[in-house]
Amino acid sequence: MIVAVASGKGGTGKTTVTASLATVWDGPLVAVDLDVEEPNLHLFLQPAISGSQTAHMPVPLVDESRCTYCGACSDLCQFKAISVMGQLVLTFPEMCHGCGGCLAVCPEKALSPGQRELGEISWGRVGQVVFLSGRLRIGEAMSPPLMRRVKAKLEQMLPANGGDAIIDAPPGVSCPAVNAVIDSDVVLLVTEPTPFGFYDFQLAWEAFSPLGKPLAAVINRAGLGHDAVYRFCREKGLPILAEIPYDRSIAEAYAWGRIITEVSAGLRENFISLRDKLRDLARPGPSGKAVHA
Amino acid sequence: MSIIAVTSEGPSLDDQVDPRFGRAAGFLVVDLETMDTRYISNGQSQVMAQGAGIQAAEIIAREGVGWVLTGYVGPKAFKALSAAGIKVGQNLEGLTVRQAMERFKSGSIESAQGANRTGR
Repeated sequence: MIVAVASGKGGTGKTTVTASLATVWDGPLVAVDLDVEEPNLHLFLQPAISGSQTAHMPVPLVDESRCTYCGACSDLCQFKAISVMGQLVLTFPEMCHGCGGCLAVCPEKALSPGQRELGEISWGRVGQVVFLSGRLRIGEAMSPPLMRRVKAKLEQMLPANGGDAIIDAPPGVSCPAVNAVIDSDVVLLVTEPTPFGFYDFQLAWEAFSPLGKPLAAVINRAGLGHDAVYRFCREKGLPILAEIPYDRSIAEAYAWGRIITEVSAGLRENFISLRDKLRDLARPGPSGKAVHA
Repeated sequence: MSIIAVTSEGPSLDDQVDPRFGRAAGFLVVDLETMDTRYISNGQSQVMAQGAGIQAAEIIAREGVGWVLTGYVGPKAFKALSAAGIKVGQNLEGLTVRQAMERFKSGSIESAQGANRTGR
């Protein structure tokens, strides 16, 4: 089972929930930080890092001696990463999306795959939990290509007979966020009962519900008083699997970089129950189809 | 060089210079010897998510112009225009195409040495 922890709004507690679930997991687990623009899961889990690799994407390299300036590459590229200007081929590697189309259409085989560095993938372990994380190169504009490489690494790490993973997704509802949840079995949306939390929660529901995966919510900072998100969940049939109270002791633990399951036995029970409900949600229902929220 | 392109908000010499190069509404291509003008829409570049400046450079390079007069040019467009051997007269926003052209004919427009906008 792969659980993606997403939110829409930033700062609602995705990483808090991911780290807490990791501490109460009752089997082999890979905890994945897919928020590659600002990874921070390691701050809470504090894994021992055992390996890393630099990730690259193929971008065109031009052999001018073979080029006839026919412009086939330039016509194909939707991103203008390669452009033929008279008797000169210009490449803009930072604009390339790595599709490889220019290499495929060049009739003179004048293009070969070069490399653009995307960032770094690192992995390690904390207790029984395997840790995996991506970190985008500073200056790199696109995060989905690196995220896909982190997910490929996750696929290698998961045992062939299944195995569990929790993905800490980036905030927002654009390409990076969708990329983080698209291969999951369950999407867990972390929100807070405030007007801001509710607004972005609706956006997240609109973005992720068409994926046809079971969706569920965790309400963080419960007790702040704004109840629109509860009404929305009822109307849409979105189960609320856990509430984390708005509580000073939780804020203090968080501020020290501690995982909040350490705060009290009650909170720990809260996340054990969340873990079990996620399992139930991911399990195919009696009709043979996944339970759909 | 007697053929120039001016980024223009419309098809006539009395339209305003479009301050943007890559996302200009269009280009008025003017033959300074015959004063023939031709308007080329840049709509296909305007809708691009990225690379509009490079595509706009490709479009005017096909017209065989020696100069482009405009407001602002970003670094990628400038690189593409330089590769095509097209000189750039910039910071001409606020003028009509005719005024920009007259200023060019008077010899008071200098060829820009670099982009005057940062890229994304």
